[in-house]
Amino acid sequence: MIKLDLHKRLHSAEGEMNLAVDITIERGEFVCLYGESGAGKTSILRMMAGLMLPDHGTIEVAGRSWYNAQPGTNLSPQERHLGMVFQDYALFPHMTVRENLEFALKKHQHNDVIQHLIEIVGLGSLQDRKPETLSGGQKQRVAIARALVPRPSILLLDEPLSALDNKIRIQLQDYLLALHREFELTTILISHDLSEIFKLAQRVIHIRQGQVIRQGTPSDLFIDQEVSGKFKFAGEVVAIEAQEVLYIITVLIQSQMVKVVAEASEVSRLKIGDQVIVASKAFNPLIYKIEA
Amino acid sequence: MDWGPLILTFQLALVTTTILLLISIPLALWLVNSRSKIKPVIETLVSMPLVLPPTVLGFYFLIAFSPSNAFGHFLDQYLGLKLVFSFGGLVVASVIYSLPFMVHPIQSGLSGLSPSLTEAAYVLGKSRLQTLLRVQLPNIKSSLLTGVILAFAHTVGEFGVVLMIGGSIPGQTKVASIAIYEEVEAMNYAAANFYSIVLFIITFLILLLVYTSNGGYIKRLWK
Repeated sequence: MIKLDLHKRLHSAEGEMNLAVDITIERGEFVCLYGESGAGKTSILRMMAGLMLPDHGTIEVAGRSWYNAQPGTNLSPQERHLGMVFQDYALFPHMTVRENLEFALKKHQHNDVIQHLIEIVGLGSLQDRKPETLSGGQKQRVAIARALVPRPSILLLDEPLSALDNKIRIQLQDYLLALHREFELTTILISHDLSEIFKLAQRVIHIRQGQVIRQGTPSDLFIDQEVSGKFKFAGEVVAIEAQEVLYIITVLIQSQMVKVVAEASEVSRLKIGDQVIVASKAFNPLIYKIEA
Repeated sequence: MDWGPLILTFQLALVTTTILLLISIPLALWLVNSRSKIKPVIETLVSMPLVLPPTVLGFYFLIAFSPSNAFGHFLDQYLGLKLVFSFGGLVVASVIYSLPFMVHPIQSGLSGLSPSLTEAAYVLGKSRLQTLLRVQLPNIKSSLLTGVILAFAHTVGEFGVVLMIGGSIPGQTKVASIAIYEEVEAMNYAAANFYSIVLFIITFLILLLVYTSNGGYIKRLWK
């Protein structure tokens, strides 16, 4: 279990801000920190990793104190043994993909974990390449794999997927879910993307101006009216077309375009680019077996 | 022809550059990371040799290292160091005189690295020393090379400091630049020309090496 009680005066572009959060995260949870940029999400991750010193408060992980302002405990980043994926990937430019992973090995750690990780994230054919020759998605896979080499129990991800296109994002989300389970991680992810949050996070912590304003499951937070739908998918409105009496709304759900019929009253609240939930309630969906 | 002054010049430059490299890496690292109030003062002191006439530096070294003064007396008495009119004294003076030429390139190389590289290494459990040796320095190779070569070339070219503190003892402190001056004074232009042309060619080649390697020419030839 992770208990954070963090206080820090931050200087941002919009002036000074007081960060004050009290967060508890269960072991094995997949948590998403959600909020506008400049809300203090990255600072929370940096304080957890020991890269930023809080003004006061406590950090306690699995019963051990990592930081406590009062007796003056403060473990160094090296002593915290967590995995972190940076927004700019932070791959070492002078090392190949494989060397980047090997660098992350602990003393006397057997290197078979490297081969395993290379296979899981599909880096086999890229392992002798230098980072500068990789695409964004490939770099991200290396960064995630490298963070997991020392087998941390906590993984921190600072908007890891925001710079990637949709198809690669979805693939990486699948990798993240698989790794979260296989490595029995407690994962904390910063994300703005609703469909990503719905897919990955068990709990969302909404942060605004350095404060936790709400937390709960993705549906608790982002769906106003109670939908007891059998099917729910988050997506983005990409087109709204008027057709005689009805409207057809095209929603991008992950990488698929879905067309949904809507009435004028519903359309009036929507515009292109809105994040929406598509749910089916009354009808029983049809199931077709996919023949291989 | 007497090769002594030329050999002495390159010995001095080699020793000075080696010492400078060892001093400048920690100093540059401190300058990049420090938020100390005395940082501007240290930065200014490091840069002073760029603007100060070398004779000023040499004059104060001469005063400080003189055995008739407290500091010089202390060095002589307790450490057995005679820094006036000796090779050791030239090394100390040259290290200080060429300090900015080594510190500045390393400092700008280090500050140009993304901070997340060192942070990533720390989070992966690597110590500061491991991170310096395996992440930071390998990524500023061209800055290190620039520093080494500029410091070397600058030491080869020094005159005023050496004249003040070294005198002109053959095999001890008579470096090429001093030898040229003396040969000209004695109207011995052939010898002066010999020293001058060797220095000219060697420093030209050294600087050419910096520009070609930093421009990536050598790297491309290598492949």
